[in-house]
Amino acid sequence: MWVYDKKLQYPVRVSKCDPMMAKFLLEQYGGADGELAAALRYLNQRYSIPDKVIGLLTDIGTEEFAHLEMIATMVYKLTKDATVEQLKAAGLGDNYAQRDHALFYANSSGVPWTASYIQAKGDPLADLYEDIAAEEKARATYQWLIDMTDDVDLQDSLKFLREREIVHSLRFREAVEIIKADREQKKIF
Amino acid sequence: MSEKQLDAQYYAKLEGLQQLDFALVELTLYLDTHPNDLNALQQFNQLAQQRQHAAYQFEMQYGPLMQFGHSYSRFPWQWVETPWPWQV
Repeated sequence: MWVYDKKLQYPVRVSKCDPMMAKFLLEQYGGADGELAAALRYLNQRYSIPDKVIGLLTDIGTEEFAHLEMIATMVYKLTKDATVEQLKAAGLGDNYAQRDHALFYANSSGVPWTASYIQAKGDPLADLYEDIAAEEKARATYQWLIDMTDDVDLQDSLKFLREREIVHSLRFREAVEIIKADREQKKIF
Repeated sequence: MSEKQLDAQYYAKLEGLQQLDFALVELTLYLDTHPNDLNALQQFNQLAQQRQHAAYQFEMQYGPLMQFGHSYSRFPWQWVETPWPWQV
């Protein structure tokens, strides 16, 4: 069961209408290492992970939905006042033809999100290493997005999200050690 | 969009709650991998109590933050009222 909290995890402000930046941000919305992929990856893996790290996968997976909402808010705010001409100039003309200003789970190139972006191997260490890699890849993309805009308000929210990737990666690394230690302990009689 | 008027304190109060909740998210993830850290646990429980108080104050003024019975509502049903998070 999940319960919605009617507020963002961290404030999202933008200082200008910028549909091109919105298009780039879609990488973290419906991209391979984006927030949707992250949430669905962790919340699916938790059913076959050892008990000691189920809590962590549940909580990080849940936090990812809060990040997904922040990205959606950025895209919404950056495009809501955009004219058709501005959308076309930003490379979002095809999106407008399909769905007006609606959001869609696609990456920055317009490729729809697919479940093949995520894995569940059933091997705890393999799954956690995938999770660490996903966090590091998302962190890298956040840095590149920060580099692509001069909007300091937007940068502030993106920096928050970049830091969360670092913390999640750290926690997953600790989970790896917990599982290794647990295995060692079980060998001692 | 018929957004109700938000007073000057809205953003400051919202940010206060976001700060408390952020500390609680951080402590939750930390405790998930450090379940025996008593200091962190004490900080968690203390902040959880503060959060409950702050959320209650916020909801009395600006309406429910959660539903399915986790928040109260005045009449008429307040949950459906704007603003939603991306509208502020």
